[in-house]
Amino acid sequence: MTRLKTRLLSLAIVCLVAPLAAAQVAVHAGKVYTMAGAPIEDGIVVIQDGKISAIGRADQIAVPEGYKVLEAEVVTPGLVDAHSTVGLAGIFNYDHDQDQLESSSPIQPELRAIDAYNADEALIDWIRSFGVTTVHAGHAPGELISGQTLIAKTHGDTVSDAVIVDSKAIATTLTTDAHKTGGKSPGTRGKAVAMLREQLIKAREYADKKQKAAEDEEKDPPPRDLRLEALGKVLAGEMPLLVTVDRARDIASALRLAEEFDIPIWLDGACEAYLLIDDIKAAGVPVIVHPPMQRAFRERENLSFETPAKLVHAGIPVALQSGYESYVPKTRVVLFEAALAAANGLTFEEALRTITIDAAKILGIDDRVGSLEVGKDGDVALYDGDPFEYTSHCIGCIIEGKVVSDIKR
Amino acid sequence: MRPHGLSPLILFLALAVPAAAADERPRAFVGARLIPIDGEEIEKGVLVVEGGKIAAVGAEGEVDIPADAEKIDVEGKVIMPGLICTHSHIGGSGSLGGADGSGPIQPGVRIYDSLDVHDSGFKRAVAGGLTTLNIMPGSGHLISGQTVYVKLRLEPKPAKIEAFFIRGDNDKPLGGLKMANGTNSMRDPPFPGTRGKSAYLVREQYIKAREYHDKIVRAEGDAAKMPPRDLNLEALVEAMQGKRIVHHHTHRHDDIMTVLRLSKEFQFPVVLHHVSDGWKVADEIADAKAPCSVIVIDSPGGKLEARYCRFETGAILEEAGVNVAFHTDDWITDSRVFRRSAALAVRAGMSRAGALRALTLAGAEMLDLDDRIGSLTVGKDADFAVLEGDPLSVYCKTLETYVDGTKVFDRSDPKDYLYAVGGYGAGHDQYPYMCCFDDAQLLGGGK
Repeated sequence: MTRLKTRLLSLAIVCLVAPLAAAQVAVHAGKVYTMAGAPIEDGIVVIQDGKISAIGRADQIAVPEGYKVLEAEVVTPGLVDAHSTVGLAGIFNYDHDQDQLESSSPIQPELRAIDAYNADEALIDWIRSFGVTTVHAGHAPGELISGQTLIAKTHGDTVSDAVIVDSKAIATTLTTDAHKTGGKSPGTRGKAVAMLREQLIKAREYADKKQKAAEDEEKDPPPRDLRLEALGKVLAGEMPLLVTVDRARDIASALRLAEEFDIPIWLDGACEAYLLIDDIKAAGVPVIVHPPMQRAFRERENLSFETPAKLVHAGIPVALQSGYESYVPKTRVVLFEAALAAANGLTFEEALRTITIDAAKILGIDDRVGSLEVGKDGDVALYDGDPFEYTSHCIGCIIEGKVVSDIKR
Repeated sequence: MRPHGLSPLILFLALAVPAAAADERPRAFVGARLIPIDGEEIEKGVLVVEGGKIAAVGAEGEVDIPADAEKIDVEGKVIMPGLICTHSHIGGSGSLGGADGSGPIQPGVRIYDSLDVHDSGFKRAVAGGLTTLNIMPGSGHLISGQTVYVKLRLEPKPAKIEAFFIRGDNDKPLGGLKMANGTNSMRDPPFPGTRGKSAYLVREQYIKAREYHDKIVRAEGDAAKMPPRDLNLEALVEAMQGKRIVHHHTHRHDDIMTVLRLSKEFQFPVVLHHVSDGWKVADEIADAKAPCSVIVIDSPGGKLEARYCRFETGAILEEAGVNVAFHTDDWITDSRVFRRSAALAVRAGMSRAGALRALTLAGAEMLDLDDRIGSLTVGKDADFAVLEGDPLSVYCKTLETYVDGTKVFDRSDPKDYLYAVGGYGAGHDQYPYMCCFDDAQLLGGGK
């Protein structure tokens, strides 16, 4: 009830104010990390109608009259979490709020995160309060092919308010986490790859049939198959396979698949990526590295705080992620993960890139987010000091010109 | 500032140290910023270590450095007491075992009978500057057994867990008693299905233990009148006598109140652990004079009881006058980033001094070991960490860790460095211990 009342009230306010100015806002900061060139000392970011309309030194930019001006010590682009399960894996961790994995079958690329994403989930508010404005969210690792991911802004009451890319990648798992026992498949690494290849070959045949039917009026198209259709997008290069891997041998398998089918892939997790730097670089594959603070055991026993630094310094495109957590804490915060990467070999700006512009580039949304440039979305995170320092605070967060968080946290 | 230099107490200690240690030259760590915890920070200090103990501590120029001392230049570095984790699950190497699934109350079980001294988790812990742990069995029982307090004496290479023991009077290894309430210990029978039943089962056992003790007292040493020895009741008697501190897992505010009620009824000393909802009942906790060992996690939730877990808990409890420590609950928090728990509490309003104390001396108090460890104080064990950077900074590195004056971690040694940052071969025996959570979920992602 309270929420409804609040909404009605804010609607009333918007109706009154809207004719005057559609929430025009500017941010003035001691330091602005644009991620598109050198940081600006004493800078200003002006956001008009949700987009950045001006950015520069405070003495060179005039803030138009009537704008709300927020102050901060440090400003960065709204952070981009390159792989999360928020919105699907809920805060309570009870069956009713856990939609991150369908285990009825090992291969279900037809499942879409958009059909499960809860934009009103408390963990989304939580990560936003640290400056995260965009998430690439989807299924947790655990099945060979588990479904289609989405990209959303961390505000909006409904999934349609929040989502900016409906279907982005197809999540696949090549770790033993996807293995079955009791005679079910896949039970081994070899079988997992064989099953994946089989599906991709089927999808190619399906696409060929459709193509032939399109070219020849006398031929009937094959019955519509959502599964093969989804994989067809991967084969067509329209959607990448997000391949969760940890061991070096599984990374090698993922690269082998990409080469055989000439498909775009993103390595996800990739704990032992430091053992295959040359191969990953040669394949031109980006890596969405596991959270540095992820727990180091079994498949992930050899993970290193220094993996992001080693990959970045080798010239491999790298983004960080909050990943999937099955227990406590229910989600990590990508800001803290980048902070640890910055404390373990990355420079401050290199680390910041992994959760802003480099993440946006990998996700293919750098035309909208990831850096503070004129014309891009007005997504800004405000801090009262070095954002990576544990004792600094995120003091606000703006998404498309709207102040969506003013909690000091 | 405290008076420094050689006091009569030190002369006494110098005479009392074992012969082997006495052969070693004293070492003076000169020039570091000292964070003694029991006094103001000292910008440029001297720490003198001799015979495994702290022999002197103070500002440079004000401390007499023994003529034969080996001087170690630590200018620009920071020295603080070794961190104390009041709640850790390191050491199981895949089978950390206190109580088993046979029943909810098993106080006779000792965690140290399941510990693997070779577990690489211990290497990670010293890489985080930790020197003392309270290793606990899990929270899947109302009473899951006896905890053990250990010092991470990794040099010389230990052969068995006894090398880590902290011994009390009559040479017994010191430890507490692990109890839990709330949902972790609620399961199918014979485990309780409700909170009311949980409390009842605990009360019933403590009443039995009281009767058992009364029988022993009435026997007045007459063997014929003594009850048969009962390891379970014995441990509860030790708790009621104050010889064994109860370390009580508890999250929700009403569960916290239940613990305080039981502690009052049976007069056992208690430390409240995790206390996700502690901020809701801070005054009640303060009134009961119950110390809190607080968990700090990256986000609330993960289970219903932790829904309202906040970074602010430490600050709110501190403000209410509660003695606050932090813990890793390793695997929940990796011991290498333990300092971060204190830093995030400062982020949420806790005082710097209180947060640093919560990593060290407060923990020592909660283990009743503050006469030996927890601060850079003359006469205490030489357990300390040499840091590069401020302990509350993400950029801070643990360079060296000392236990009883012996270096147990050296970041410049490649073998130790591997455990400090991870990499190939760092975790060959690693297996997470997170009580009460389905292992398949943890490993597989799934639901």
